[in-house]
Amino acid sequence: MVLRVRVQAASFDLAAEMAELTGERTDVGAVASFCGFCRADDGLTALELEHYPGMTERAIERIAAEASERWPLSGCTVIHRVGSIPPGAPIVLVLTASSHRVAALEACAFLIDWLKTRAPFWKREVFADGSSRWVEAKSQDDAAAARWEKA
Amino acid sequence: MRILYFAGLRQRIGVAEEDVLPPQDVRDVAGLIAWLRTQSPAHEAAFAGTSRVRAAVNQDFAAPGDPVGAGDEVAFFPPVTGG
Repeated sequence: MVLRVRVQAASFDLAAEMAELTGERTDVGAVASFCGFCRADDGLTALELEHYPGMTERAIERIAAEASERWPLSGCTVIHRVGSIPPGAPIVLVLTASSHRVAALEACAFLIDWLKTRAPFWKREVFADGSSRWVEAKSQDDAAAARWEKA
Repeated sequence: MRILYFAGLRQRIGVAEEDVLPPQDVRDVAGLIAWLRTQSPAHEAAFAGTSRVRAAVNQDFAAPGDPVGAGDEVAFFPPVTGG
């Protein structure tokens, strides 16, 4: 499996990333994508994303390796932004490529569920008056990640 | 031993990282937290809700009973909220 992991401040281009993932290959029958965006919850003016350089990339690579063991993937791209992200802007991209749709769709859902609970990123909400607050981890995210645990 | 703090923990303690020399009887993550809490009122306040603090040793998630030693990089942070 060809894995590409990037942690970056800059935005990303979904079409360009998808073209790079499929490239010249003729065995890819399906690419699934998840793109997460910044919502203007409670009127926030930006999300500040912090991460643990080094561990973040390791954690994502480990999650992708797990996905590759569970599903027959030909390629996978994970891009996660850090820094200040305004409402409406993209935060994270997960692309999975496979011969068939079920593997691509399931692996994509697995990757974002585990990324949310196992990759060291933290979000802080920033408001117009300059105040800010750290986002609390959600039990729904733990539940979503737990559904992929093997019995 | 290098200690890293992230997110709310970094803000409450006031530094992103520090080099420490804990006593010999500090052998695991839980023992390290107990010792760090004695280092300043800010450390004590930051670790007060210890059940909400997560740890990593040498960039792998770690449990309270996991060993720590000289030369390790140990990070403390709240539950992650990326994605």
